[in-house]
Amino acid sequence: MASPARQADRTTPRPPTPEPPPLYAPRARVYPRAIAGKWRQIKWATLVVLLGLYYVVPWLRWDRGPGAPSQAILIDLDHRRGWFFDVVIWPQEIYFVTGFLILGAFGLFFASSLFGRVWCGFTCPQTVWTDLFMWVERLIEGDRNERMRLDRQPMSAGKAVRKTLKHTAWLVIAAATGGAWVFYYVDAPTTLVKIFRGEASMEVYAFVGLFTATTYVLAGWAREQVCTYMCPWPRFQAAMLDEQSLIVTYQKWRGEPRGKHKAGDSWAGRGDCIDCNLCVAVCPTGIDIRDGQQIECIGCGLCIDACTQTMEKVERPTGLIRWDTLAAQQAKEARSAPVAWRPVRARTLLYAALLGIVAIVMLVAFALRTDTELTVQRDRNPNFVRLSNGDVRNSYAVKVLNKRRAPRHVHLEIDGLPSAQLGFVGADVEGSGATATLTVQPDAVGTFRVFVTVPSSAAPSGAKPITFTVRDEAGGRASHDAVFVGPGR
Amino acid sequence: MPTKIEKDTLSGQNTTGHEWDGVKELNTPLPTWWVYTFYATIVFAVVYCALYPSVPWLTGHTQGLLGYSSRADLRQELSAQAKERAGFVDRIRAASLADIRKDPELFNFAMAGGRSAFQTNCMQCHGAGGGGSTGFPNLVDDDWIWGGSIDQIYATIEHGIRNTDDKSRQSMMPRFGVDGLLTGAQVAAVTDYVLSLSGKAKATPEGAKIYEEQCVACHKAGGKGDQELGAPNLADGIWLYGGSRDAIYRSIFYARNGSMPAWSGRLDEATMKMLAVYVHALGGDR
Repeated sequence: MASPARQADRTTPRPPTPEPPPLYAPRARVYPRAIAGKWRQIKWATLVVLLGLYYVVPWLRWDRGPGAPSQAILIDLDHRRGWFFDVVIWPQEIYFVTGFLILGAFGLFFASSLFGRVWCGFTCPQTVWTDLFMWVERLIEGDRNERMRLDRQPMSAGKAVRKTLKHTAWLVIAAATGGAWVFYYVDAPTTLVKIFRGEASMEVYAFVGLFTATTYVLAGWAREQVCTYMCPWPRFQAAMLDEQSLIVTYQKWRGEPRGKHKAGDSWAGRGDCIDCNLCVAVCPTGIDIRDGQQIECIGCGLCIDACTQTMEKVERPTGLIRWDTLAAQQAKEARSAPVAWRPVRARTLLYAALLGIVAIVMLVAFALRTDTELTVQRDRNPNFVRLSNGDVRNSYAVKVLNKRRAPRHVHLEIDGLPSAQLGFVGADVEGSGATATLTVQPDAVGTFRVFVTVPSSAAPSGAKPITFTVRDEAGGRASHDAVFVGPGR
Repeated sequence: MPTKIEKDTLSGQNTTGHEWDGVKELNTPLPTWWVYTFYATIVFAVVYCALYPSVPWLTGHTQGLLGYSSRADLRQELSAQAKERAGFVDRIRAASLADIRKDPELFNFAMAGGRSAFQTNCMQCHGAGGGGSTGFPNLVDDDWIWGGSIDQIYATIEHGIRNTDDKSRQSMMPRFGVDGLLTGAQVAAVTDYVLSLSGKAKATPEGAKIYEEQCVACHKAGGKGDQELGAPNLADGIWLYGGSRDAIYRSIFYARNGSMPAWSGRLDEATMKMLAVYVHALGGDR
C-alpha cells in the first residue's frame, strides 16, 4: 500500500523528458533497381559459373569399371567412401576434408585482405542465389518502381497471378538447389527418377525439403538480413581488412557538396555528385554508400556501375564511387601525396605463406598416401594363453585395408620376437606360418585372427613391443606396432 | 488502486494500469510466433493422443487410431532383419561345417554371428574372450576335454555335458575319497603320481600302483587322457580345476563332474553351427 505522502508526491508534475529513440527498427523493404555495367557483368558471369558448377557437377560421369559408382564426384556416406574422379577417400582420410576447409579459410582471409568483401559481394551462395531470385522477381513483377507500386496496391487478380508466379518460380529453383545438394551424396540419375516416383529414401526427401526451404526463405525473403544480422563472417571479417584493402568508396572530397544539376549549369564550387540517388536505388542491402563504410555493405560494386552511368550522362569523370583503399581516400581527402595500393604487405604475405604451407602439407600427405593399411588389435581377454606344452600364445585381430580395386595377396611378418611362430585363422588364408598368403578382397578390409606363439622359455615377462608388417609382391607395405604379453614373473 | 492504462513511449507498449510506489508495469504481450507455436503444440498433443497410445487406464491404455505399438515395430524390424539374413542363414543350415569353414563369405558371416551368439549365451561361464576360469574350460588354448575338431565342438554345443539330454556327453569320475574307495594317504600318493606326469613331483611306487588300478582306464597310460570319455589330459600344463597339489588332491577326493547345458532346445541349428565355427577359430583351428 502506498502511503498518503507518496500519493501526494505522485501528483506533482514531472519535468518533461525527451522522447527516447525506439528500441526496435522494422525492416525497410529493399527494392533494388536493375543496373547494367562492368561489375554487374562480372557478377552475372560469376553467377553462371558457380551455379553451373553446382548444378552440373553431380551429373559428370566417370567410368571406374564394374562394382564402383560411375559418378565423378560422389560422397557415398552409406559405403563410407568419397569418390573424386580417380581418387578414393576412406573415412580415416577425412583430414583431407579438414585440409580443404583450412585452405578455404586461409583463401578467404587472403582474398579479403586484398580485395575486401569480394567473397560477400560476388561468390557467397547467399549473394548468388539472392541475385538469381531478384532476377526472377524483376522478370515477373518488373523493376524497382513497378514492384513498389505493386506492393502498395490492394490485392487484385493481376497481383495474385504475379505473386503466385514469382513464388512458384522461386520454389522450383529452390527445389532444384536442394535436389542438386543430395546428388552429391547419391547417384544423380537414378535418384532423380526415384524422387519423382516416390521411391527415394526419407533422407533424400528430407534434405531436398530442407534445402528447398532454406533457399526459398533465405534468398526470397530474408536476403540482406542474412548478411546484416545472421552471418558471423562480416563480424570478424573486419580483422582481415586494413586501410590497404580494396573496398567500395565514395569520393567525398570530389562529390561534395552534392546537389541537383541541370544541363549547362556550371560545375564550379560544387561537387560532382548530382544526388540522383541511383547508387541507393541499385543497392541490394538498401544503404547509401555516400555515408561511408557500413557493416551492411557487401562490396558488390553495383553502386559503382550506377555512378559510372550517371557520370557518363553528365559528362564528368567516372569513378566518383570506386574500388579504392581507405589509405588512398584519406590521402586524397587531405590533398596530400597520393597513396598507391600495396597488395604486397605483411598481412597478405602471412596469409599467402599460410596458404602455401597448408597446400604443401596436403600435397605431401596426398603423395605419401598408401593403398595398404594395417591395424592390429590384441585380444586382452584372456591377455595370453598357455598351451598344453607350456608355450605362451597371444591372439590378435589383424585388419588389412586394401584400397586398390583388385584383390591383394600379402605376407605378414613380425619383428621383435625372434622365436615366435605365426598361426592364422581366416578363410582367405593359404599356407601357414611365416609363408602364409593372406588374400584381401578389392576395396575392402580383410580381417584375420593371428596367433603369435613363443616357447615358455622365450616368453617375455610382461609386455614386449613388437611390429607387424604386411607386404605384397607389388611393393605395397604397411606396419603397425603392438605388444606381446607374457606371464608376469 | 487507480487503473490508468498509458502508452509507454520507449517500448510502444501499454502499461497494465497498475502502479506500486511509482513503478508501473508494462503489459507486453507474448510474441505472436510464440503464441501460435504454443497453440500448435496443443493441437499436436490432441491429435497425438487420438492417434497414438496415450491415456493409461487401470488395466491398460488407449490404443490410438493408428494402432501403433513399439513392440510390433520391434517384431517387424526383427523379422525384416531375419529376412535380410535368410539367404546366409539358409546357406549355413544347408552347408556342412567343413564347407562353411572353406567358404570365405560363409566363414565371415559365421564368425560374426557366432561371436554375437557367444556374447549372449556362452560368456557367462567361458568369459567374453573364451578365456574360461576355474571349472569352466578355456576355449582359447589348444587343450580340449571332449575334442577340439569342429564337429566335436558342434556335438558338445548341441547336446551339452552331463545333463538330462539323451545324447548328452556322459562320464562320471568316482568320488574316491568321499565314497571310501581310497584313503586320504592313498589319494595323496596318487596326487604325487599325477603331478609327476608333468614333472612337478616325485612319484612313489604306491601312487603308480593306484593309478594303474583306478585311473588308467579313463586317463590312460602316462595321463594322456581320453577325449571320448571326457577324461582330461593330466600330463600337460593345463588344469581345469587348478594344478596345485591341493587342488588335484581335492579333485581326486571329491571328484569333479562339471556340467554344460544342451543348446539344441534353445538355439536353432544355424546359430549352433556359427557358434561351433567361432569357438573352433578361437582356439586356432585344429
